[in-house]
Amino acid sequence: MFSIPVFFESFGPLLWAARYTLLISFLGIGLGLILGALICAARLSPYAILRRFAAVWVSFLRGVPLLVQLLVFYYALPVIGLDVPAFVAAIVTVGICASAYISEIWRGAINALPRGQSEAAIAIGMSPRDVWSRVVLPQAVSLSLPALINELILLVKASSLVSVVGILEITRSSQAQAATTFRPLEVYLAAACIYLMINLCLAALGRYLEHRTTV
Amino acid sequence: MQASSVEIRKVNKFYGPFHALKDIDLSIPPGKVTCLIGPSGSGKSTLLRCMNFLEEYDSGEVRIDGQLIGYDAPGKRMSGRKLREMRRSIGMVFQQFNLWPHMTAHENVAEGLIRVRGLSKADAMTRAADALAKVGLADKMGNHPSRLSGGQQQRVAIARAIAMEPKLMLFDEPTSALDPELVGEVLNVMKTLASEGMTMVVVTHEMGFAAHVADQVAFLEKGELVDVDTPSGILHHPKDARIQSFLRTYHERNSF
Ligand SMILES: Nc1ncnc2c1ncn2[C@@H]1O[C@H](COP(=O)(O)OP(=O)(O)OP(=O)(O)O)[C@@H](O)[C@H]1O
Ligand SMILES: [Mg+2]
Repeated sequence: MFSIPVFFESFGPLLWAARYTLLISFLGIGLGLILGALICAARLSPYAILRRFAAVWVSFLRGVPLLVQLLVFYYALPVIGLDVPAFVAAIVTVGICASAYISEIWRGAINALPRGQSEAAIAIGMSPRDVWSRVVLPQAVSLSLPALINELILLVKASSLVSVVGILEITRSSQAQAATTFRPLEVYLAAACIYLMINLCLAALGRYLEHRTTV
Repeated sequence: MQASSVEIRKVNKFYGPFHALKDIDLSIPPGKVTCLIGPSGSGKSTLLRCMNFLEEYDSGEVRIDGQLIGYDAPGKRMSGRKLREMRRSIGMVFQQFNLWPHMTAHENVAEGLIRVRGLSKADAMTRAADALAKVGLADKMGNHPSRLSGGQQQRVAIARAIAMEPKLMLFDEPTSALDPELVGEVLNVMKTLASEGMTMVVVTHEMGFAAHVADQVAFLEKGELVDVDTPSGILHHPKDARIQSFLRTYHERNSF
């Protein structure tokens, strides 16, 4: 029998655990945006060595599962003498992994802009820097917003993987509760509801931003 | 109004092995309208874009008021700053308008005044409003490009160029992307500019405009400048067989 009280009672601890899920996904995407911008800049730069580095970075990170990256990172850091908390290791790994995808999202958005957009700016005598900051980037950012929100939603779901390094986020918390209550169905269903609520909110945010920036 | 002249001497342009412009010689007199016509792929856009160095020519000279554009000396590239300085006084209007979609019409026109001419935002907005009024769009200033018709967008693009007070205006098929009923409003703005003594170089398929507004017409084919003459010399009494055949095709396509 499905126990409705157990289902509702499991929300409390799960919502508390959701702070880790949210922190790791949001800080992870924040780091991913910064690193992704740098990687994208390297990819579009005139220097072959930077382009090569960026290409390797992207293909390596996209070719290895996040779970394996987490484990490697978590166990590799102490070896090189860095004793960082699991939480920090998780954010850094998630951010690095996201940077590979985000740099590609940005490269795609920049390449999707018609050449005429920057040509019109160059023709009136704008400096390369103004062409970028006034014409290319504002459009690339709004073009990339749907894909970035999508990436954030993927990260919220992928953050369940950080349970392997011992962080008590939603998934690990639900496993623990399932074990103590012997009511796995109720608890996992509650966990599913929480993930769904978070991601529906993010999707709504995405629609709002898209609506606000497209004209 | 100050008007520039353009002197084009022995200009060659290659795309890889493809010879896109072959020893082009052309003089654009100040304050006059020059139309470039010719079949598709003949190099009209390429030649026009050499005049503001959006396209790099490989040899020869393009001089604006006597000053070489793009190079300090043959083979020696000009600094970016100096090139931007020269481009300030050369306006360009594109077939696809190329307005910036994230800015209103007003902001599109003011942007260059702020970033390139260094005007304060308030001054730039005033000047931009004047330029938009001049092209008949005083009531559409707050619209984003997506809320304007093609003809209105192209007039904003012209306003964006003339607000910079150029001494030379380059037009690359400014009406080719427009529905036929919107062509007139753009051509009218261009006629006004011409009557004010602006030096204009216009790539066009509008033979009517070439016939009535141009002071000279240049015909290109396969990267060669076949002939330059008065509009009537090219359009009514063409000497070269290539021009005759081009005009025949044009008349066949436009008759019914
Ligand atoms: N970036 C490029 N790379 C290679 N070839 C090019 C490039 N740009 C133009 N060409 C070639 O150069 C030739 C001249 O092109 P251009 O655009 O100047 O022609 P056009 O006379 O303006 O034609 P249209 O009337 O179709 O606009 C064409 O054959 C074209 O294919
Ligand atoms: Mg062309």
